[in-house]
Amino acid sequence: MKNAFDQPQSLLILGGASDIALAVARRMVAERTRRVVLAGRPSPALSAAAKDLRAQGAEVEEIAFDALRPETHEQVIDAAFELGDIDVVLMAFGVLGDQENDERVPMEAVRVAQVNYVGAVSAALVSSNALRRQGHGHLVVLSSVAGERARKANFIYGSTKAGLDAFAQGLGDKLANEDIHVLVVRPGFVQTKMTAGMAKAPMATTADAVAADILQGIAKRSAVVWSPSKLRPVMSVIRHLPRPVFRRLPL
Amino acid sequence: MGSRGVIPRGLGRSYGDPAQNCGGTVLDTTGLNHIVEFDAESGLAVCEAGVSLDQLISRGLSAGWFVPVTPGTRQVTVGGAIAADVHGKNHHELGSFGRHVKALRLLTADGTVRDVTPRTEPELFWATVGGMGLTGMILSATVQLIPVESSLVSVRTDRTPDLDTCMELMADLDAEYPYTVAWLDCLARGRNLGRSVVTCGSFASVEELPERKRQAPLQFSPGKPITAPDVFPRQLLNTATVKVFNEFWYRKAPLHKTGQLQSISTFFHPLDALAEWNRVYGHTGMLQYQFVVPFEQADVVRRVLQRISSAGVPSFLTVLKRFGAESQGYLSFPKPGWTLAMDFPTWIPGLSRLLDELDEQVLAADGRLYLAKDSRMRPEHLSAMYPRLDRFRALRAEVDPEGVFMSDQARRLAL
Repeated sequence: MKNAFDQPQSLLILGGASDIALAVARRMVAERTRRVVLAGRPSPALSAAAKDLRAQGAEVEEIAFDALRPETHEQVIDAAFELGDIDVVLMAFGVLGDQENDERVPMEAVRVAQVNYVGAVSAALVSSNALRRQGHGHLVVLSSVAGERARKANFIYGSTKAGLDAFAQGLGDKLANEDIHVLVVRPGFVQTKMTAGMAKAPMATTADAVAADILQGIAKRSAVVWSPSKLRPVMSVIRHLPRPVFRRLPL
Repeated sequence: MGSRGVIPRGLGRSYGDPAQNCGGTVLDTTGLNHIVEFDAESGLAVCEAGVSLDQLISRGLSAGWFVPVTPGTRQVTVGGAIAADVHGKNHHELGSFGRHVKALRLLTADGTVRDVTPRTEPELFWATVGGMGLTGMILSATVQLIPVESSLVSVRTDRTPDLDTCMELMADLDAEYPYTVAWLDCLARGRNLGRSVVTCGSFASVEELPERKRQAPLQFSPGKPITAPDVFPRQLLNTATVKVFNEFWYRKAPLHKTGQLQSISTFFHPLDALAEWNRVYGHTGMLQYQFVVPFEQADVVRRVLQRISSAGVPSFLTVLKRFGAESQGYLSFPKPGWTLAMDFPTWIPGLSRLLDELDEQVLAADGRLYLAKDSRMRPEHLSAMYPRLDRFRALRAEVDPEGVFMSDQARRLAL
């Protein structure tokens, strides 16, 4: 339950080992959050994240969650709500895929779509139903600037985020009059495990900077946050570039 | 009723979330507003839970009886007064509200209606007094009123230049007057730290009244309050404006004056003069912070005032009071010591951390925060502040194993 300063006390992370999610959790635990539920595929990274947050003083539960098995989502997510109110649900799972390889092996592309879009649709609906039952809460959905306009270099990933972004915006509009807040987050290039080894893109940011933007978005109940915020005008230009020009860009 | 439970709500004067239940049911008790029985001989009143103190005062006064305990507003219900075990300016003499409750009719989670008295079921009774509505729904209560000769209070006012003078004076006056309280200038610093206006009083006897009032000494006709419009900007109350107000309020008070006759409304219920006064804080609202520390830890009051005044955090109404004996309620707030209440606009930057810091001092001094006012404390501090919390939880688990009675505060603090 949030307090008079709107500080959340509990957090459920779907995709518990994500760098951005962990940065959010660390910042929240430093304020008032005591209960953190890390849902993800059991892995050393997930356990390390749990250990890290426990050292900060949080009570951490680890639960097994697989985006690729939507039929299990209800049971897993409801179990987290069963033990107490969840003030913030953060959906942070996703895979980048390997564009060139995935173009050659369509089943790999399908897997990217299943995790990033199909799994997210299922998890978001299950979570929002649980939030509606408890009558309050925030659902944070990690989208990406890649969804704003699909590029040659990663349109498989980009298209999954475009779909998720549209879905989450619609969900947010639907739930607005029920006092459930949906926040769509569009980070740019973030230096994380996911992008390790890739060339740093312009306006690259860090997981912690994105986390700060997310917390501000929660506090202000924003519908969408760009991180960093200057990406918004930049992407607006890119989105409106005439296609012949856009095709020639080395993107 | 659903899985989110239910919480009774009276007139909604708690400052935090004890009478809210997100996603669940809130029972408005103000329909239960009958004074079932009133014995003008003994001053014993049987009232339904939604009867307001305003109603009870009006009814009692005509026969020469007054509520034993009243907070700064009459607009609270009897049920709420019991659930929060409220206190008033006479705590040092008569304790908190629950002490004057002779019996309760309680609807518990299993659907049974029980008549509970401190003798027959002391555990359930004292868990319900101060229990924030979590043991069941109070349907009615028998309250012992106190006799008064008139509806006017003979008031003594003193202006004190600093905290030490204020505290010494209050300690002396507690022996003389049933009602004592001090208003503090929270922004005064240095040698002016804690400068205050101490007021104390006792109900006037008929002889003390002027000739023209002796005909109807018990007359009680509070005026209709002005309603604050919903137009105030959120930062109207800031350090500068509160400083000006405090200066004015301090200077306005007489250095020393006795025998001034004040009405019940003026003396007891300053909050009722302006209906919807919370609107003055604008849409971001305000929060109350009230703690008590044992008398031997009086220095905490000084340190808190130093912290507040040096940070320049404006508290519009800062009130200091001495508590008497501890209530038997498991979660009752008052215990012997100094209690300081402050209200802050919530928009003040860094307020959350500042109050966390004050919590630590209160905790280290064996003090506690008031649940009827809290809206932000850390749940992990609760058991140190309320040593009988385990007994409360055990009793609640017994009478309401499924947690049918539930509030946002109970969730936030894991009560």
